[in-house]
Amino acid sequence: MIGRTPTLLAACLLLAGLSAPSPAHAAGEAKHPHAIDWSFSGPFGTYDRNALRRGFQVYKEVCASCHGMNQIAFRNLAQPGGPEFSEAEVKAIAAEYEVTDGPDDYGDMFERPALPKDRLIEPYPNENAARAANGGAYPPDLSLITKARSGGPDYIHALLTGYEDAPDGVEMRAGLYYNPYMPGGKIAMPAPLLEDLVEYGDGTAATVEQMSLDVTHFLNWAAEPELEARKKTGTMVLIYLTIFAGLLYFSMRRIWADQH
Amino acid sequence: MSGESTYNPSTGFTRWLDTRLPIMRLVHDNITDYPTPKNINYWWTFGGILTFCLVTQIVTGIILAMHYTPHVDHAFNSVEHIMRNVNYGWLIRYIHSNGASMFFLAVYIHIFRGMYYGSYKAPREVLWILGVIIYLLMIAAAFLGYMLPWGQMSLWGATVITNLFGAIPVVGESIAIWLWGGFSVDNPTLNRFFSLHYLLPFLIFGVVILHIWALHVPGNNNPIGISVKSKQDTVPFHPYITVKDAFSLSIFLILFSYFIFFAPNVLGHADNYIPANPLVTPAHIVPEWYMLPFYAILRAVPDKLGGVILMFSAIFILFLLPWLDTSKVRSARYRPLFRQFFVLFIIDCLVLGYLGAMPAEGIYVVLARVGTVYYFAHFLIILPVLGIVEKPKEVPESISAPVLGGSAQAAE
Repeated sequence: MIGRTPTLLAACLLLAGLSAPSPAHAAGEAKHPHAIDWSFSGPFGTYDRNALRRGFQVYKEVCASCHGMNQIAFRNLAQPGGPEFSEAEVKAIAAEYEVTDGPDDYGDMFERPALPKDRLIEPYPNENAARAANGGAYPPDLSLITKARSGGPDYIHALLTGYEDAPDGVEMRAGLYYNPYMPGGKIAMPAPLLEDLVEYGDGTAATVEQMSLDVTHFLNWAAEPELEARKKTGTMVLIYLTIFAGLLYFSMRRIWADQH
Repeated sequence: MSGESTYNPSTGFTRWLDTRLPIMRLVHDNITDYPTPKNINYWWTFGGILTFCLVTQIVTGIILAMHYTPHVDHAFNSVEHIMRNVNYGWLIRYIHSNGASMFFLAVYIHIFRGMYYGSYKAPREVLWILGVIIYLLMIAAAFLGYMLPWGQMSLWGATVITNLFGAIPVVGESIAIWLWGGFSVDNPTLNRFFSLHYLLPFLIFGVVILHIWALHVPGNNNPIGISVKSKQDTVPFHPYITVKDAFSLSIFLILFSYFIFFAPNVLGHADNYIPANPLVTPAHIVPEWYMLPFYAILRAVPDKLGGVILMFSAIFILFLLPWLDTSKVRSARYRPLFRQFFVLFIIDCLVLGYLGAMPAEGIYVVLARVGTVYYFAHFLIILPVLGIVEKPKEVPESISAPVLGGSAQAAE
């Protein structure tokens, strides 16, 4: 090998690394969220079922009044790697909602209780209705929110818990709230979480911090429901490839032995 | 394809087939017994890795196309359908999306290897030109593919790039409308981009065959850069090179797998998980990492048309490389000055890549201009002049000489 070899490799890896998008690129500098040690981070990370269930409760009782999750069906709540509610529980959750179905044999639309196959119920019939109810702002769908924001779950948690009074000199229009984690610092959503806003069934104290961690945990699952299977498969693949590479290395040494 | 065929059909059937369709002879002469310089190092294994990447993209792409819907109302949701409802759909899609990055990582190493060892010089100019054509087709395929998930970056990236054609005088606007199939990037654009994205890999495959053909006529270059003189200088491709390529590929796959399974979205942009919205422009429109240097060149020029011309020139200048480099010595090992300028060139490309990711304002624009000037100076001034003023080191007699000479060359 030649002297330039490490340079080339380092150059290429550096180039690959450059692409990692950084939130600091935004012109309106936002405060950088601090990293949370999520149970699902790291190569062996898994979701915490209880946190997912509590998080779903927070979504359902708080967020869902303005934010939809149109990629998620009730049945997903029972699938492996998620909150893993039982099928009966999922049926019961779904049955709390009404959906419009049809047309029936007479051509009429009709209301029926939601079934596990149905998607979570949207809070508004359309975007215009959502904007009208929220002072012109459109509450984004939350199915992919942790993947759709740089900073991911850390950012969502920081945003939910990071509301402050606007610093001197920052003019706030009515209907906008100051949040240093939001690019630009102004957000149309008022602080959504208040102490004891929900009552957890498992006795966990519903602090703002706790509810934010739980709902972010849930939202991360919604965005990456395959995460546990992905990391588990990945570990096996890496072990396999490492052994395979070792076997190939020694095969190569043996084949090339007569050439040196 | 070069030299005498060494194929000897051993059975009745293969003798019969050989006089009708000598496909076994083709395989024997070009894969099994193809004479390869024995001193090629690991940088030469990226050809095999790239072939693997191409096949992987085609196979995963065909499967994705079975579940994807190229319509503005359904594209985003059909990708999420793949991620959530298709069995191992997440795996297929993450292989495909990260596979594009890995493909470019490998092709950049492959191109820089060719530049370092002078693999583009006579008699390999056509081989090099075919390689540049493949690279161009890869850029086109990647750009088209990036539009398909119909996220915010898909829409706005496509808008920025197709708008470049509007910079062409007189006919620019008509060309842009013709490309879009309308007055902006919309459903007809998505439809045709999908169609072309499906077509291009097969064109690439065809040019790859020509590339390999053009390789097998003169044979491989090697780290010393002097031509093969005797049979002693070579080993048969199989098993010597196949096992080495396989080992290198397995290491490459470890890196690939890391991204697929543990950081599948690190190389992408978060905004592309927001459905495309023609009414909301993202704060910063940036291309994928592998296009960033060219994006920096585009934005370095204050004039739109000038930027477009320079950006395309940055790629097309590669076609002229065999004639811009005036040195007769191929390998940089024997070109002390070129080696240093080669490193500077790589640094320049990385700096341009960094600047492509930054907002086009203030110091970043100034640096991008310096980087752009240096990029072109490397090809148009440094390389032609170096060949004249540089005094190369002494080149060995043959490939076998330094390899068998017991010098400190590490076993490869």
